[in-house]
Amino acid sequence: MSLSAAPEQTTLHPPGAKRAISLETVGMTKIFGSLVALEDVSITVEAGEFHALLGENGAGKSTLVKCIMGFYQPTRGQLMINGHEATIRHPKDASAAGVGMVYQHFTLVPCLTAAENMVITRTDVPAVIDWKKEVAGLEAFMEGMPFRVPLNRLVSDLSAGEKQKLEILRQLYLDERFLILDEPTSVLTPAESDEVLGLLRQMTEAGDITILMITHKFREVSAFADRVSVLRRGRYVGGGAVSELSTNEMSRMMIGEAEIRKSAERDMTVTSPTSLTLSGVVVAGSEGKAAVDHVDLTVQGGEIVGIAGVSGNGQSELVEALAGQRPMTGGSVAINGEPFDCSRGAYHKFKVFGLPEEPLRNAAVRRMSVAENIAFRSFDKPPLASLGWWLKPSEMRTKAAGLIERYRVKTPSPETPIENLSGGNVQRAILARELSHEVNVLVVANPCFGLDFASVAEIRAQIMDQRNNGAAVLLVSEDLDEVLELSDRVAVMSEGRITHVASAAKADRNTIGKYMAGH
Amino acid sequence: MTSEMLATILISMLGGAIRVSTPFMFVALGETLTEKSGRINLGLEGNLILGAMVAYAVSYQTGSPWLGVLAAGFSGVFLGLMHGVICSLPRVNDIAVGIAMMSFGTGIAFFFGKPYIQPSAPRLDGLPLGGWTDDSALAQALDINPLFFVGIAVAFVMWWALANTRIGLIVRMTGDSEASARAMGVEPYKVRIMSTAVGGFLAGVGGAFLSLSYPGSWNEGLSSGQGLMAVALVIFARWHPLRCIVAALLFGAAGALGPALQSVGISAGYYFFNAAPYILTLFIMIASARATSSARGAPGELSIVK
Repeated sequence: MSLSAAPEQTTLHPPGAKRAISLETVGMTKIFGSLVALEDVSITVEAGEFHALLGENGAGKSTLVKCIMGFYQPTRGQLMINGHEATIRHPKDASAAGVGMVYQHFTLVPCLTAAENMVITRTDVPAVIDWKKEVAGLEAFMEGMPFRVPLNRLVSDLSAGEKQKLEILRQLYLDERFLILDEPTSVLTPAESDEVLGLLRQMTEAGDITILMITHKFREVSAFADRVSVLRRGRYVGGGAVSELSTNEMSRMMIGEAEIRKSAERDMTVTSPTSLTLSGVVVAGSEGKAAVDHVDLTVQGGEIVGIAGVSGNGQSELVEALAGQRPMTGGSVAINGEPFDCSRGAYHKFKVFGLPEEPLRNAAVRRMSVAENIAFRSFDKPPLASLGWWLKPSEMRTKAAGLIERYRVKTPSPETPIENLSGGNVQRAILARELSHEVNVLVVANPCFGLDFASVAEIRAQIMDQRNNGAAVLLVSEDLDEVLELSDRVAVMSEGRITHVASAAKADRNTIGKYMAGH
Repeated sequence: MTSEMLATILISMLGGAIRVSTPFMFVALGETLTEKSGRINLGLEGNLILGAMVAYAVSYQTGSPWLGVLAAGFSGVFLGLMHGVICSLPRVNDIAVGIAMMSFGTGIAFFFGKPYIQPSAPRLDGLPLGGWTDDSALAQALDINPLFFVGIAVAFVMWWALANTRIGLIVRMTGDSEASARAMGVEPYKVRIMSTAVGGFLAGVGGAFLSLSYPGSWNEGLSSGQGLMAVALVIFARWHPLRCIVAALLFGAAGALGPALQSVGISAGYYFFNAAPYILTLFIMIASARATSSARGAPGELSIVK
């Protein structure tokens, strides 16, 4: 291209600075074997636009952006950049064309400093790096940026918000003018999200960059995006200017006609003698500091207490301690006033059940069969075993088959290794194991992470059913909307402490957001 | 104990530390590089012994000990490449391969080394840095092999290169986050094969020191697990090349304790004091396994960390 040879216009922007670029997919189709992941998707993103790509998990959003980025080669279809056909075979080609992506999982190297992470991404790193010059260059670059990150700190010492900012800064440093952001706010507090998205929005308005943001949060779409495209089951199902679309219209496009189980009614008359009491619970973290720092909390039967917080503030450690996966270094847990030691025996005695986050990792053995995984609670008790050690595999299979049907777990057979199931079905299999008994106490962590709408509604309804049956439910979730929807009371966890407790009816997003941010 | 005896012990420990630490330093630096790239090579004991044999044989055949050192390095590259390539096959565990490579390296060294146990090969000359002193013990302690300084230079170069060169950053990136490396178009297995090969070279040179300087002959009992102890030493040095020097000197001094005490006539507990490095290894492993904060420097992709 001869664009670079064109005479420079005098503008507000420094000479040679690239401007926002436009991008268009034409009839993009991607077929994996017999699965059509993407079918004839055409979207247009104008230069300087803030474009939202909305869709459920599995709707084809990631496939689309991976085709744009050159991770996949589309089966059919064409990519246009600035109105010209572009062939992108590798992420490097995308980068050369000015298209960069910020992934949902950080791609920063934890043991390198922020500056080292920025420099190593460049394609023209010299064999010997002159750090004085590079740091001066980085500082000059940072001057022109809306947000900053300390350059000489190790990435492992940065907060999640700083890491996310660094990921974005790195793309801008590479002079990418079309940024794809994959759920960029999942690790940020509401205030941080607004800050980052607001600043990026200003850059699009100035015509410096174009943004394509994958998200499922309507609030962010309404507040920051100019236009939206909605995908469902691999197809483009609608879109347009955000100002002309209501949240309802967008959600209908996203979900389609699929029937969603109504959230179970909250029964306000439940009374139950059960109670779960945490007193001064301390759990050591991996760095020697306390990850959970003197948490006091009581959950009554017939009540859901939701713990809100930005991920990494001690929630996982608390749940792991309650599950017996991590030792408590202080404090105690009592159920109905009796001490509870988080052992399997105590779990059985007090009828405590749990749905940990990432069930495939925390609540299942990947290579064991679905039937065996479903039997973890009862394999050594009658009728699945005699004398506590003589197991009866046939009984186990029969029982599993019944539960698989009742909880609609989609599996080729009860003998299939559980790792072959989709995320939603693993979650259902674990639900079948944990909820098919009488439940007194239920500990749930991020139960709907990465699931489609139908599964989400079903799982939330199941949790509500348990509450209505008198169980004491402790819900830990990074999704504030989920916490507000399900809980009777909301507690906020920040830096290992419960900093705020409020009844959900009176809870207010802004106050909770402030406490989440540690103020 | 008189102050004269104490001085003798300290001087001979100084000399011993310098002599004994050199192979530790080379193996530990090689292992540091390999582990920085995200692999563990437990087979460096094999590199050490094969290096010792090759160095001695080449020195005997050509009459040039430095040619022997170079050949020892390349025998290490051979074993390192083999380890690196085998570990790059899908679902191969680097620790298991390391143990196999240790037996393999030791085995071929004994097999080809049989004819060289008797003959005497030209050895590496030390640098007589003690010419200024009249104290013959001190002068002897300061008769330092050039490889010791080469080792220190390698440590500084590695420390500098890991922070200031593109290759250094790529090695650290690969060792800490394979996903990031792939995202940047780096092929992790290539980086790891190269790092293991270079690490193997250093361990081979460490072996050359054993047969050509101290103890200074080739026999089958030459290395007594130094290659394995050096791996523990890397953890103690927390994957830092400069701390490897300090750690190697500490291990060297511990190894010199028994002979030093014997030199002043204390022979009670000789075998116990000779075991000092092993005991030190044990305590270091316990201490470093307990302190969770010491795991901070560990490269994230190491199979023992994951």
